[in-house]
Amino acid sequence: MQEKIEQLKKKIAEAIKEVHSSDSLFQIKMKYLGKSGEVSELMKGMRDVPKDKRPEVGMIINALKVWAEDQFGKLDKNIKAKELKKQYAAEAIDVTLPGNTSKRGAYHPNTLVRRELISIFAGMGFTVFEGPEIENEYYNFTALNTPADHPARDMQDTFYITDDLLLRTQTSAGQIRVMETQKPPIKILSPGKVYRSDDDATHSPMFSQMEGLVVDRGITLCDLKGMLDEFARKIFGDGVKTRLRPSYFPFTEPSVEVDVSCFECGGKGCRLCKGTGWIEVLGAGMVNRHVLEGCGVDPEEYSGFAFGMGIERIAMLKYGVNNMKLLFEGDTRFLKQFKS
Amino acid sequence: MLLPLSWLKDYVDVDVTAEELQKKLFGCGFEVEELINIGKDIGGVVVGEVVECEPVEGTHLHVCKVDCGSHGVKQICCGADNVAKGIKAPVALVGATVYATGKDHVTVEGVMTIKKGKLRGIESEGMLCSGVEIGVNGDMFEGGDYCGLLLLPDGFENGADVKPLLGLDDYVFDIGVTANRPDCQSIVGMAREVAAVLGKPMREPDCSYTAKAKGEKVSVSVIAPDICPRYIAHYVKDVTPAPSPMWIRKRLALCGLRSINNLVDITNFVLLEMGQPMHAFDCAKLDGREIVVRRANAGEEIVTLDGKSFKLTPDNLVICDGNKPCALAGIMGGENSEITDATRELLFESAKFARDSVRKTSRALGQHSDSSAMFEKGISEYTTERAMARALHLIEELNCGTVTDVHVDIKTEYSHDGAKVMTVSLNKINKLLGIEVPHDEAIDILKRLNFGVEDGGDNLTLHVPPYREDIDGYADIAEELIREYGYDRVTGTFMPSALITNGGYSEAQKAENRLKDNLVSLGLYEISTYSFYSEKDLDMLHFPEDAPERSFIRIKNPIGEDLSVMRTTLAPSMVSTIVRNLRRGNAEGRLFEIAKTYIAKSLPLTELPEEKNVLCIGTFGGGDTFLDIKGVLENVADSLNIKLDYAVAQRPYLHPGICAEISCEGEVLGYAGRLDPLICEELTIEKKVFIAELSYDALMSHAKPFKYVPLSKFPEVQRDLALVADLNITCGQIESEIYSACKYVTGVKLFDIYIGKQLGDGKKSMAFTVNFTPKDEAFTPERIDGFVKKILGNLKHKLNIELR
Repeated sequence: MQEKIEQLKKKIAEAIKEVHSSDSLFQIKMKYLGKSGEVSELMKGMRDVPKDKRPEVGMIINALKVWAEDQFGKLDKNIKAKELKKQYAAEAIDVTLPGNTSKRGAYHPNTLVRRELISIFAGMGFTVFEGPEIENEYYNFTALNTPADHPARDMQDTFYITDDLLLRTQTSAGQIRVMETQKPPIKILSPGKVYRSDDDATHSPMFSQMEGLVVDRGITLCDLKGMLDEFARKIFGDGVKTRLRPSYFPFTEPSVEVDVSCFECGGKGCRLCKGTGWIEVLGAGMVNRHVLEGCGVDPEEYSGFAFGMGIERIAMLKYGVNNMKLLFEGDTRFLKQFKS
Repeated sequence: MLLPLSWLKDYVDVDVTAEELQKKLFGCGFEVEELINIGKDIGGVVVGEVVECEPVEGTHLHVCKVDCGSHGVKQICCGADNVAKGIKAPVALVGATVYATGKDHVTVEGVMTIKKGKLRGIESEGMLCSGVEIGVNGDMFEGGDYCGLLLLPDGFENGADVKPLLGLDDYVFDIGVTANRPDCQSIVGMAREVAAVLGKPMREPDCSYTAKAKGEKVSVSVIAPDICPRYIAHYVKDVTPAPSPMWIRKRLALCGLRSINNLVDITNFVLLEMGQPMHAFDCAKLDGREIVVRRANAGEEIVTLDGKSFKLTPDNLVICDGNKPCALAGIMGGENSEITDATRELLFESAKFARDSVRKTSRALGQHSDSSAMFEKGISEYTTERAMARALHLIEELNCGTVTDVHVDIKTEYSHDGAKVMTVSLNKINKLLGIEVPHDEAIDILKRLNFGVEDGGDNLTLHVPPYREDIDGYADIAEELIREYGYDRVTGTFMPSALITNGGYSEAQKAENRLKDNLVSLGLYEISTYSFYSEKDLDMLHFPEDAPERSFIRIKNPIGEDLSVMRTTLAPSMVSTIVRNLRRGNAEGRLFEIAKTYIAKSLPLTELPEEKNVLCIGTFGGGDTFLDIKGVLENVADSLNIKLDYAVAQRPYLHPGICAEISCEGEVLGYAGRLDPLICEELTIEKKVFIAELSYDALMSHAKPFKYVPLSKFPEVQRDLALVADLNITCGQIESEIYSACKYVTGVKLFDIYIGKQLGDGKKSMAFTVNFTPKDEAFTPERIDGFVKKILGNLKHKLNIELR
């Protein structure tokens, strides 16, 4: 009997060497350890073993069984590891293949700038007001302290629809509509399209402006400067400074032109700033008291400031676009660059 | 305006460089748009005296020995016809830069550097120059126009740099003057500002004269005082038209004007110097020695100095004699009373005409002049008075006529002398500025700006200079102070006194942002196109003659016909953008635009029109089909929590078989479809183009916030139905029939469509998955069978559809 057991052990050890797959392992396992496998058959052979030897033989067979199970277990682990390795290799892909996404589009640069501006000023307490593009002379000029014979009407070439109706030349028209209906404190932004009969590389007959207006008690020119400093830093980057210089708009007094220090060269002078170190970005000023009075706001009690900038101008400066026409042509090679 | 530094120095001692002055002017509100250095291209040119001059045989050349003072005696070969021993002329030494001229010796073709060279084998160390070659013309220096050598006076020292001697070291400031400062559109006006900013005294121009003779009376009447508030006339006799002296001609030339003769030049000189347009009539040509300022009669005609003839209306102000118009007021004189060499007596006019009257006439007639430009900007009557005196002074100074005692000054009821007294509080000004301008400094600034100041502590009583019509209140004084005190002293503060306000977008603005976010994530590029286009753009898209879209709001003064009507539909702009892309070789794209259309309530427009927001989507190439553009719309609808309905429809520019009317809850929002292949052919578009155009406002008005519905406790049941229908039955019809047949249907989704022989002619098979959602109890299979039976019955009955 013992001899038989030894032979079987050798046989199993031999057989294991030939096993290279989960399938053949299973077969062998069944062959030796299955219900009617050879080890089980050995157990059946116990009847022929003398009774006193049975416990001893039983132990030996059991040991064989444990040994075989252990061997198969180890083998199983080995084979599975090998097979997994094969699977990994077989399933490996080129991860640099293009992804299965739908292509993303892009926002118009004006939308990007407009959103950025609004988020800057919204944080300072401004709400957004949008007025009509076809306006009365009153809102576009008269209420803005620009009566009919005023030379400032010639500063902008206006598109007229009738003698009284026109395409607004400035979003400032929105100021009046707000002041007529709201009481101070007022902090509004008025973005939108405006029209002037100009057409060349730096002018377009249609463009967009963003107007801002603050009216409250005790508003000063220093407040305007402080707010513009904040705006300039946020839109053009830390370290960008503003400079005020005298200018003229009928609806503000004093009026200023606002330059920012060149964010390209840091003020040393470059092509972008034409060597001056400064870039003109917007016009502003303290709201003219005639404008306040006309809207029923008492200039003795309240003061305010207003500022207006061209959205395209900011976009062109920010993104380095040198021809305004590109913004209105809808060329996909242009548009697709404005990722966000 | 042009401000020559040399002329400015007549009135102010400028002790800073041109560049420094430029900076100072910039700081106080006068941007120098260009600083022109008159002789910037010329260098190394000195006075030379020809001491020997021998002709070179067989040529037109002379070989000269030229004494260049400290630079030595140079041998120079010269081809000019006026070269001779003993003359003095400019010598460009070796290394000098001068202008290269063309064969005509007049046209400047660039700048050249003088080199040592040989002419016909003869060494030449430099060049004797003409006026043109060193940038000098006849108005800048006598003989400057001659194409031979520029002859210099004997008094010029040999070897001296010619630039200061010929005025080539001068600068001209091209200054941008803001519309509120018409008083600065003159040399004197700017001189006042320069004096103030430099803290120097101002020397006013000499306006003294003596009426040396009696003159024959001239009568003046102003019949249109509302547009001619002030009219001054003065009679000058025994005038002698002749060329002006050099100093007048030079100043005119620096400001870009050509000299005509002394009399005309005086009027132009005064215009530049004082900012007052003047006119001189040949008095002998004025019928009845009479001036009448009146509106033109309808149809009346005038021929102006430049020979142009105009038919006038009562909107035009004219200066007439006893019979006829002799000048277009403020714009240009008439040919009939022009100053000529034969003129022996003249009448000067210095007047104030209303700026909008001049502007309207000038625009209506298309006739512009330096004079009309000045009147449009506005002048003060102070200037009107002073300018007349200055012109008379110049008559005396130039000794070209006798000033008489015939002086007529009509101050109408519309006249005002500009004198203004106001009291301002410095405290109030400082409150507006946010910083404190020291009291004494404020007074000093105002005095420098010629304000009369009575110091009452905080309250200052100010006598405003009569030419400062722009000064209107304390805010204007605040501006005067801060622009002189310095804007760099304004320090940023952050509205410490203001109330807190809650900023941000409105709900509608947020919704627009979300919609754009959605479209961009679906692969669409946002475009922005002009709000105006041409009526022809609607022809391009085959809109019929009577289409409501042709009820345009028209621009009265468009840039051109192609930008002349406000758009009523965005589709033409989208198609034009697509065509542009295809022509540039961009093979595919998905575009969208949200913009306004302008819809008149009635035409002609009497009130503000409706501005309606429209969403337009366009796709081209890239294999996109109708279902792709519809997919975008369905995605948009899903994001707004609404359902869009599609029905077969027709639209002028869309394929008759691929066009859907889109509606929501019964309201038509717009259309989507394929651009008509016929239009594509006309526009040579080879790709398939799909367009959708929806009312943005209507679309958004249907948007609904999502509402949470508790999850059903009972399982949903799905059934697939394969149906056979006639080809003309639409998917939409079947879907809505299934929905209406059973209230438990919560979803109908097409998953297969098939057309084949075994179905028979004119038939198609469509397979749908139908979802049934229970409410109060689970569905038994029998119940579902009942629903299906009802659905099939309805489909059979209404649409002749069978189960496959």
